[in-house]
Order: sequence, then structure tokens, then C-alpha cells
Amino acid sequence: MTNYQSQNYIRISATTITPPVARNYEASMAKLIDVSRCIGCKACQAACMEWNNLRQPVGLFDGTLKNPPDLDPEVWTLMRFAEYEDDKGNLEWLIRKDGCMHCEDPGCLKACPAPGAIVQYENGIVDFISENCIGCGYCLKGCPFNIPRISEVDLKSYKCTLCSDRVAVNLEPACVKACPTGAILFGTKKNMTDWAGERVEDLKSRGYEHAGLYDPPGVSGTHVMYVLQHADKPTIYSNLPDNPRISPTVDFWKGLIKPVSLAGIAAAAIAGFMHWVIAGPNEAQPEDEDAAEHLIEAKAKSPPPPGGGGKPQRTEPVEPPV
Amino acid sequence: MTRPPGALTRNDTVTRINHWITAACFILLTVSGLSMFDPLLYWMSNLFGSGQWARGAHPWIGIVLFVSYTGLVIQFWRDNMWNRDDIAWMKKIDRVLANDEEDVPEVGRFNAGQKFVFWSMALLIPILLITGLIIWQTYFWTWTSIPTQRAGLLIHSLCAIAAILIWIVHVYAAIWVRGSMRAMTQGYVTPGWAWRHHRKWFRSLVATGSNGPRPNVVTRETRE
Repeated sequence: MTNYQSQNYIRISATTITPPVARNYEASMAKLIDVSRCIGCKACQAACMEWNNLRQPVGLFDGTLKNPPDLDPEVWTLMRFAEYEDDKGNLEWLIRKDGCMHCEDPGCLKACPAPGAIVQYENGIVDFISENCIGCGYCLKGCPFNIPRISEVDLKSYKCTLCSDRVAVNLEPACVKACPTGAILFGTKKNMTDWAGERVEDLKSRGYEHAGLYDPPGVSGTHVMYVLQHADKPTIYSNLPDNPRISPTVDFWKGLIKPVSLAGIAAAAIAGFMHWVIAGPNEAQPEDEDAAEHLIEAKAKSPPPPGGGGKPQRTEPVEPPV
Repeated sequence: MTRPPGALTRNDTVTRINHWITAACFILLTVSGLSMFDPLLYWMSNLFGSGQWARGAHPWIGIVLFVSYTGLVIQFWRDNMWNRDDIAWMKKIDRVLANDEEDVPEVGRFNAGQKFVFWSMALLIPILLITGLIIWQTYFWTWTSIPTQRAGLLIHSLCAIAAILIWIVHVYAAIWVRGSMRAMTQGYVTPGWAWRHHRKWFRSLVATGSNGPRPNVVTRETRE
């Protein structure tokens, strides 16, 4: 939302210069969402609305516990509820708190054309700086998790900030503070990974043999991680991607074609200029005017042209004499 | 407008206005589009006031360009039909580039290079329109899936670069072949220009007593 220069930057969108790095060390932070401990109370959703002062207009009830129906410029986190039946016929209720994953290699930032509209702080938070956002929607195409949403009011893109404003003053994100079961934790990425390891061990000891930490390597890891009971099948958690990565289409579009295209355009302009210098302009000469005059005079001496001066009509033109 | 005696109309008034609307749109689209394409050129969005303005204006200008270019297609397509002369002309392109057109085959109203520009744009502009609508966030972001929109962005960018390259060829050719710019600003060329560059077109005008831009045509009755 706004810029927190108390943090070093790792990346700034659409910028080729080295970002300011005044401080010599900042810890990499992460939020850990332990799906196995989530009771789906939505306290995190409420806390997010409260801290960020977001009040989406009342919408329609779609008959499920998911409410509102989707992420929105005013809904930065959303509990998604999935009923999963395993091969033994046991029902599991998988509740995933959806929102920005704060990728280490953020697709939104890669796609963004506006300098400084998306930044990544050294603590790992990927933040949208709204005053620089131009509302093009490229971040939606860049995101492997389908998270950002453009406001219809101000045509700017919004998503979870990981409470960058709170984190900047050493507070945990609002959702973490509100969670009553300890399913959402916040700390250094190392601490969170260690704690997740203990949780995974515990889950495995209780029969969840595929329990694991979701920290997808395709985006070089994320600063929001999940403990999943079934880490081998992320998609059963309301379509959490199996192996998220920046789309090759986006990579190509934001990669080689930019310099190659600009070089091509420059080369075309230079080629034109060089042709001008070497061959020069092509100008009709007096001989051409004489030859043209000669043809007109020859025509004037011959019988008058058929249909001369008339309006063009939709018929075959006469073959010119060669 | 003053014209020297004997001048031939190369492009009539409607065509010229239509052309310059297209040209203005193309330049504005190039400036705003490149500013969103490469951060090195983001400063160009300031010519629109801000990045947000450039982003907002770009698709609307694109729609105007599409309509305007359709007008040019309607006026020019007949004279841009490909024929055997064009292949012969292409084979002599080195002579054309060397400003030595004496043994280059005579061409009609448009040469193969001009036809290439015309048809390339006629192909690229509809693709740019369709992909542009796909990636028009404000109104159409829910119409297609995100993978489709990613492909749309890539195709839109590649086609735009191709169009810009062709546009550079077009502009340079107009500067290079003296008298061409006037043909699109004031609309006329001298008989010598027509003789030198578009002799077949010139002969057809003389043969039918036309002052251009197209030969007068002859019906069966008047041919008697």
C-alpha cells in the first residue's frame, strides 16, 4: 500500500538500477499457516479487514462457508473450504487461508511495467505501492497464485501486504495476532521452517504420511508457507498449485524480447539513416518530367481517350498501352 | 491549395485525412505502448500525463486506429492486390534501393514494398485489436482465463514490435522517395514523379485522361 523505506529493498518493479540497501542485514521473515490446526473461524479475515480498514459491500451468499466468494480489492485474505474424501472414504475438511504468498521470485513484480509500483523488502514482503500503480493488470498475469485484484474504484491493484506496516514496527501481521489456535505464526523464515518441521513430524506420527511444508521451489520459496496434511496433493486444498512458477509466457515476454525488440527498432532506424547517407534521396529528375510530358503530348495527339473525365465506374480499367 | 499545372492527385482529401488520423493514432499507441513494454521507455508515459493516463488512453486510441485503418483498407485494397509484376519488382529490389529504377519493372499505383506495408498492417492491426481486448483489464479481465491473457500479452507485444518495424520502413520510404510526403500532405505528385516511380499507374491515368488517383474506367458503350 505505502512505502516503508525502513526496510532495504531486494527488488523494485520496472527498475534496472540497484535498489537502496542502506542496512547491512535484515532477517528473512515468513508467515506459517498450519492448515492442520485451522478451525475455519475466519478471525484472520476479520482481523485483516479491521487492521487494513477494508469493508467490502455486502454481497451474495453462495451456499458455502466461503464468504465472500473470492479475493477482491477489499478482501486480501479468504478462507477457502474444501471437502476431501480420501481413498478409504474418510471425509476431511481442508480449510486454507488464501492470499498473497509473498514469493521469493514474485511474478507480479516481474510483470509490472510501472517503476516502483511493486517492491520486495529484504524481509521478503512483496508490497504494492499504490501511488505508482497504473492499473494495467499485468500483476494478475504474472502471479502464479491468482491473487492480485484491480479496484473498480481507483483502478489500482491490491493484495495482502503481509501487514508490512505492522512488521516495519516489529508487530506481527493482524491475522497472526487474531488466530485463536496458533494456526498462523510469524517469525524468521528459518524459525518457521524449523517449527513446521516439528509439526510435520507430529502429523506423520499421527498417520498423515504425506504431511509436509509447502514452500514451493518453483518461485524460489515463499514468505507465506503452509503446513499441509497432504503435501503430495496441494490441489485438493482449493486448487493450491502443485508446482507454481512464473509462467514461461511471462518469462519470455519480460525477458529476451525486450532488449531484442528495442535493438531491432534502433537498428531499423539506423539502417534507414545509413541508407540516406549512402544512397541518398530518390528524386524525380528533369528527364522524368520530360518523359512524362512526352507521353502526355503523344496521348493528346492521338484520338481522345474513351470515357475521359468521367466518374470512375465499376468496370474493368482499360489496359494501359505499354 | 496551389498545385503546379499538370499535377496528378495521388491521394484525395478523404484518404489523406483518414491516413493522418491513422498515423496520429499509431504514434500515440507506439509511445504509450512502448512505455508499458520496457521500463527503459517508461518516461514516455509522461507525454500522456502519467503512466495511469497512458495505460487508460492506449486501448481507446487503439480502437480509433482500428476503425481508421479499416477506412484505409476500403480505399486501398484494390490497388494493393498482389500480381506477377510485384515478384519481378522484388527481384530488382537492389536496384530500387540504389535509386536506379531504369531497368526495374514498371509498377502500378503501389509497388511491392508498399503492398507489403499495407497487407502486413492489415494483418497485424486486427490481431492487435483482438489481443488488446483480451488484455484490456478494466473491461474484459473476466472474459478470458489468465493463461489466455498471458498469451494475449505476448502476442500483442510481438505484433506491436513488428508493426513498429514496418512503420519505420514506411516512414523512411516516404522520406527517401522525395515527393511522397507531399503526396500524403497536399495530395499531389508531378507527372515526372509518377513516371519515375509508378509508371504503369501514370500510363493508366494518361490513357484514360484521369488526373488520379485512379484511372477513369471505360464502359462498353464509351469504348465504341
